[in-house]
Amino acid sequence: MFDQFLYGTEAAINGLMTGVMYSLVALGFVLIFKSSGIFNYAQGVMALFGALTLVGIQSGQVPFSHLINAVFGTSIHHFSWTLPAVLAIVLTIGVMILFAWMVERFLLKHLVNQEPIILFMATIGLAYFMEGVGDLMWGSDIKKIEIPIPQGINGTIDSVTYDWFGYGFYIDNLDITAAIIAVILVVALTVFSQYSSTGRALRAVADDHQAALSVGISLRSIWVIVWSISGFIALVAGVMWGAKSGVQFSLSLITLKALPVLMLGGFTSIPGAIIGGMIIGVGEKVFEFVVSSSWFGDAMGFTLNATENWFAYVLALVFLVFRPQGLFGDKIIERV
Amino acid sequence: MSETYVTPDGRTIGAPVLEMKNITLRFGGVVAIKDISFDIREGEIRAIIGPNGAGKSSMLNVINGFYHPQEGEIWFRGAKRKPMKPYQIAQQGIARTFQNIALFKGMSTLDNIMTGRFNQMKTNMALQILWKGPAEREEQENREIVEKVIDFLEIQAIRKTPVGALPYGLQKRVELGRALAAQPKLLLLDEPMAGMNVEEKEDMSRFILDVNDEFGTTIALIEHDMGVVMDISDRVVVMDYGKKIGDGSPDEVRNNQDVIDAYLGVDHG
Repeated sequence: MFDQFLYGTEAAINGLMTGVMYSLVALGFVLIFKSSGIFNYAQGVMALFGALTLVGIQSGQVPFSHLINAVFGTSIHHFSWTLPAVLAIVLTIGVMILFAWMVERFLLKHLVNQEPIILFMATIGLAYFMEGVGDLMWGSDIKKIEIPIPQGINGTIDSVTYDWFGYGFYIDNLDITAAIIAVILVVALTVFSQYSSTGRALRAVADDHQAALSVGISLRSIWVIVWSISGFIALVAGVMWGAKSGVQFSLSLITLKALPVLMLGGFTSIPGAIIGGMIIGVGEKVFEFVVSSSWFGDAMGFTLNATENWFAYVLALVFLVFRPQGLFGDKIIERV
Repeated sequence: MSETYVTPDGRTIGAPVLEMKNITLRFGGVVAIKDISFDIREGEIRAIIGPNGAGKSSMLNVINGFYHPQEGEIWFRGAKRKPMKPYQIAQQGIARTFQNIALFKGMSTLDNIMTGRFNQMKTNMALQILWKGPAEREEQENREIVEKVIDFLEIQAIRKTPVGALPYGLQKRVELGRALAAQPKLLLLDEPMAGMNVEEKEDMSRFILDVNDEFGTTIALIEHDMGVVMDISDRVVVMDYGKKIGDGSPDEVRNNQDVIDAYLGVDHG
């Protein structure tokens, strides 16, 4: 039975770590939703695009090389350098900030005061546009993250995991790194938003657009800042997921995994995104562990498998019925 | 009227801070403001009154840049103002409050009033992230000004309270504080006494007079209720159906036949 307990604990801890990875994606959603009321469907693609750009810049890939080769009949593909990880990261952050500026300049600026559904549709368009641009710029082959963090599938089991209690108590090094980075990110964001005047302006805009304008805060510059921060978070999420399973286009689907996290935690709450991610991460692993175990089978006469595919969505559905604002979201009370 | 004038209580009122010249504002076919001109002078308390739908709030929104008039000129501190965004106008030194309180409800009283200092805090965002040196000093300097405002408005006790949890009268006071923190050249108050009981109205009147008296702040306020306004303002503009029907001292306005008709109602047929 102690073995069973250890195995269950292992599942829970692994779930917690995966949950943190979900939280990273959800965090980017919350920031944009709070400050502009936009549900940014492109958040997952931003993670993909960030990771692609990082790998591309670091390995000295020529952007749009396929396009250039097709048009000019050349056969270039790489510059003859590889950049140090730090420089590549700084340059990628620069690209994400430029991207944020372009989103504001070419998209949001023209959609001010539109219905939320129109803004949502615009971000769906943005997602497909970016996926196309990402493909055109960096190619669609699966890439490997080369910055010095622990690797997921790319290493052997022994080199990426801990082995405690002499019981194959495996925890992925990468997951631990992701958890630490997520904690640092959340603390930094909290300090920034609570104790700096720009952070105060961000909260002000999230609260009331008109009042923010009247004290001299420019909505447009705040939106650029918010999309930049979200882009940065997407980059971190993209790198972590990329290190886990390689940088590939299916990465953009983590958007769908962040949705139940948001429904659980509330769309407007940063702590909600973190805790929601953890609950779903732990919940799906422990649930799978329990319902697929032999003693569950003995007691109930059946076992369930592959519950991780649907557990998060069912949990979100339950929350939608009984607590639609999520655990930490703002309850909507309207005076009639 | 000459360059300066002296009020009955002995304050000297200076040159115009803001001049509205032949302002017309239309929404589609509806004329909200029709060819109105008036000025607001340095150090005075200027009221804009009128019945519901007279265009008072529209006028305030024109001054603070939420609306852009189709015709007319706005002169601010001796220069013609180009069409600007509301946040740019705030940066020029025009602060305002709203009829239906527009505070940042999730934030504390202190943070709300600190946002009023946003324009005076210019330290680079990168420095703020590092939270060192200039950013810290700047935060402290601005904090001192905000603390003075808090003392002045007697809201020390609710400094840390989220404003969403405060009663209506106090929220109005916090909103006034946020506007004051910007140390504006011109303070616009949109129905500062709306929805208040008699006691709260008296408090608010006292604060408005004190602000004007102690800081020399020029104030323009909109009111629906004639009584209070006549007591505290130096000059009054009266609007009705988007037109100006009276302008002058409270006594002049009180005895103006058009104003009396607008308020008591006559047969417009």
